Amino acid sequence: MPAKIEVKNLSVFYGDFQALHEVGLRIKEHRITAFIGPSGCGKTTLLKTLDRMNDLVDGTRVEGQVLLDGEDIYQPGYKLIKLRKRVGMVFQRPNPFPLSIHDNITYGPRVHGVRDKGTLEGVVERSLQAVHLWDELKDDLKRSALTLTSEQQQRLCIARLAAVEPEVLLMDEPCSALDPISTLRVEELMLELKKNYTIVVVTHNMQQAARISDESGFFYLGRLIEFNRTKTIFTKPANKMTEDYITGRFG
Amino acid sequence: MEKLIEKGLLVIAYSSIAILFIITFFIFKEGLPFIFREGLGTILGGVEWRPTKGEFGILPMVVGSLLVTGGALVIGVPLGLSCAVFLVEFSKPKVRRILKPAIELLAGIPSVVYGFLGVILLVPLIRVHLGGPGLSLLAGSIILGIMILPTIISISIDVLEAVPQSYREGSIALGATTTQTVSMVVLKAARSGIVTAVILGMGRAIGETMAVIMVTGNAVAFPGSILDSIRTLTSNIGIELAYASGDHQEALFATGVVLFVMIMVLNLVASMTRKKRIR
Repeated sequence: MPAKIEVKNLSVFYGDFQALHEVGLRIKEHRITAFIGPSGCGKTTLLKTLDRMNDLVDGTRVEGQVLLDGEDIYQPGYKLIKLRKRVGMVFQRPNPFPLSIHDNITYGPRVHGVRDKGTLEGVVERSLQAVHLWDELKDDLKRSALTLTSEQQQRLCIARLAAVEPEVLLMDEPCSALDPISTLRVEELMLELKKNYTIVVVTHNMQQAARISDESGFFYLGRLIEFNRTKTIFTKPANKMTEDYITGRFG
Repeated sequence: MEKLIEKGLLVIAYSSIAILFIITFFIFKEGLPFIFREGLGTILGGVEWRPTKGEFGILPMVVGSLLVTGGALVIGVPLGLSCAVFLVEFSKPKVRRILKPAIELLAGIPSVVYGFLGVILLVPLIRVHLGGPGLSLLAGSIILGIMILPTIISISIDVLEAVPQSYREGSIALGATTTQTVSMVVLKAARSGIVTAVILGMGRAIGETMAVIMVTGNAVAFPGSILDSIRTLTSNIGIELAYASGDHQEALFATGVVLFVMIMVLNLVASMTRKKRIR
């Protein structure tokens, strides 16, 4: 199977601090790939290099390559706007805009130049249906998105991404602000979404990685320690450190 | 000892409130009887101001105050808001650290200096290039527009900085440019705070006296164009109080009451929008 994203020999520096050391891995299309590891291990940093959101942090330097469908996204002159349309991000805390539910969904398409009202209405319905919010909210589209529950907000943020029809969804601990039941429901949603998207998820939650991901990478102190099929990582880890971490001996 | 300091500070704190009340009481005590005697309608609606002949219409000055304040906003709000947006959203933090205090210094320049600059630089320019006496509504609007910049800029900066970073990240991650992010998300999130900034700027413009006296010409008449001379409520008091007595003096206090009420209403609206924002 071809790699949707291939990371080659990637190092990331914040000023003098090296956050990632020569990481290399392949993310397969229509799979869920999980990055696991203790806080500060570099997993979120890696996630943010995949849509170049790290560019927003002053003093960031990136060495190595990130290939999206074979094309290096760090090559000079690469169009960031197109990249971020193809690779969307769901954040740790739900961050709907202080606009109506409707305007949150249409935001992405509007930013990319869609003006036609009929098209936008269709996008709203399809996107909300994709995250199973349409039935509860279809009569309430004018309501401020900030009045929704955390789970609804996080679903809305995923719907907001779906509206720009990305190919890859990056999720930075998408359930860490949710209660256990909402977490399970969002996980179900992720399993459904992998039919249409390639998903990369950063998580602190071992069970979550085991439940939903097809492949996992274990990071420690900025290095990729082990990358393999999730089943293998959780049953026969090759590295002692991985084993210690997933069995809860540290982290 | 601790108790004593606490009591002392309490007295000082309350006395500043007491001073406010004394001022309010005094203005109303001097102004209200006159308003009741002449009738609010004849004062607010009257177009003739001839204090020696017993005519006390202040409508031209109410209009003058409103026009020059409106003019100041037309000039000051776009400038101030763009400046704040540039500093918060586009400039490097280092630039902001230098420019913000510099802008706030503008607020410390005495208003007579603004007026002086207006008379020396601005008024002749208007007279030569646009016509009219130069001392005009336009001159007043420009000078006041500049004077309210520090208020509008520094409050807008605070408001924009308070907009959660997560909104900007969410927008950028969807492929929006910085300009789109600012116009479609950040400014919408900051809307009520910016309204507060505008209202406080407005309060400053409507209350300004010295600079306005110096550059607007102070003719008591409705201006036919922005190049005509006007007189504001504050100018009226500032110019005439020194020599007024009897009814005339009371009429000036009545002008003060009108001004006081206008500014109170503005401040009330400002604090209401601010409360709404916190909620």
